[in-house]
Amino acid sequence: MTPNPLFELSGVTYRYPESTALDGITLSISQGERVAILGANGSGKSTLLRILGGLCFPEQGQVQFAGRALTEAQFADDRFAWEFRRRVGIIFQNPDVQLFNATVFDEVAFGPLQLNWTKPEIIERVDAALNEMEIFHLKHRAPHRLSGGEKKRVALASVLVLDPDVLLMDEPTAALDPKSQGHMIDFLFDCIGKKTVITTTHSLEIVEEIADRCVVLEAGHLAGSGSVAGVLNDFALLQRTHLIHAHRHRHSSGVVHSHPHVHREHRHDG
Amino acid sequence: MNPFQNIRRRPGSFIESTFNQLAAAMEHATYAERSGGDSGLLQRLDPRVKLVGLLLLIFAAAASQRISVTLSIFGLGAVLAWVSGGAVASAIARLWGGIFVFTTILAAPALFTTPGTPLCQAPWTQWPITDHGLRSAINLVARTETTASLAALMVFTTPWTHLLKALRTVRVPAVLIVILGMTHRYIFVLLQIACDFFESRRARQVGPLPSWQRRRIAAASAGALLNKSVQLSSEVYEAMQARGFRGKVRTLDEFRMKSLDWCSLALLILLSTAAFWLGRI
Repeated sequence: MTPNPLFELSGVTYRYPESTALDGITLSISQGERVAILGANGSGKSTLLRILGGLCFPEQGQVQFAGRALTEAQFADDRFAWEFRRRVGIIFQNPDVQLFNATVFDEVAFGPLQLNWTKPEIIERVDAALNEMEIFHLKHRAPHRLSGGEKKRVALASVLVLDPDVLLMDEPTAALDPKSQGHMIDFLFDCIGKKTVITTTHSLEIVEEIADRCVVLEAGHLAGSGSVAGVLNDFALLQRTHLIHAHRHRHSSGVVHSHPHVHREHRHDG
Repeated sequence: MNPFQNIRRRPGSFIESTFNQLAAAMEHATYAERSGGDSGLLQRLDPRVKLVGLLLLIFAAAASQRISVTLSIFGLGAVLAWVSGGAVASAIARLWGGIFVFTTILAAPALFTTPGTPLCQAPWTQWPITDHGLRSAINLVARTETTASLAALMVFTTPWTHLLKALRTVRVPAVLIVILGMTHRYIFVLLQIACDFFESRRARQVGPLPSWQRRRIAAASAGALLNKSVQLSSEVYEAMQARGFRGKVRTLDEFRMKSLDWCSLALLILLSTAAFWLGRI
């Protein structure tokens, strides 16, 4: 049992017309925790994140957030919906999905506008969020003229402007160059002790940096969970869930070996 | 930097020409955005001032019965284009030729069909050209040139996003503005996808294709693009919901009027009122 649970899922099942995305997931995430949801493509990571974000609702099972059930009926109440949206921010994998406004300023101001904040407050908070992400100079730019890393930062600013308690991030470092990946990981480092961060990924090399606990999914089932070190050292689990793979290495002697491989990179702060 | 500006235009297959047209569309949109960000006089004005001022001038030109007044407004538009930078002026000048030819074709029958005193006869047909007919035709061409130039001036000196927000000043509904903004935003995403489709097809194509196969590729690409846009729209809606969207559209503008804006607005209102009054006499 997780102390001080923020999210509690019990027996959550979700089906798409052609497949079952999640099957009987039971999970508890406490406040301030940093959790990485690991799994191969199609394992149900993104669907789980959408359920945690109140964007879709399970066919079976229950999801609770801070002791309140997340159901369609609950979200029909504007006050609950706005409070939940303010407290829980979602960063989508594809920033083009998230950046639907004409300028960066409009994009970041979108959330506060929905929450009926006053104009001076919106302008002040938007500027603060842009400064925090070091993208103030992009304020009047159109999203289609930004690089991938810049788009990701704008997407992050558009969520951080609401100062959410929880961040749900779908593959936060996907398709980013090393510099942008570094920024993203630094940001997630800064969230320690301040925010609950739930991240989906299949990149094992960043897990140690972004999470304290791992949850491993396999074809919609919970295949394992535990500390980062425990999961990353469980080669049988990682291989079974296709998070590591056997492939050939050519050694300097010319001999070719085949063995499971975990690729890890460690950052060194100067 | 526009990634498409260096694409070499050459006549070729259907796929190549479609690809070039898509690239040209992106280039054109990027050019309009770039010129809107230049540092000319009109670019420095508040978009609301430009919108209201130029709309009043367009209204005055459209209502004008006197060619001299219409031409004066046209001259004012040309001066505004000139002080807004060489790129804007040359873009607008390029429009004049096309508009002149198109409007002249439309206006030509008025030369012969409008009752009045015959001035001369048309060559070959010997149809009489009347004084009223000539005046009507010149007036029509002058009005069209003037109003089109002023509208183009607005577009070329204002970033699209500012123009949309300025539309709130003339009571255009917020929902329409947001739809237009999102359309503009996702046109670029879909154009990029379409360009990728055609480029990947071109990369795998060896030799020319028969026309039926080219048509099949075009239809398949259009279908795939439609599928993508439907998928994209549902994902975008989820992203909107995730940030608190509950079906009510809200917009925010952060324009601030400066003394230059107030002076320009007063001047444009004065000029358009004078033009309207003089044009009706």
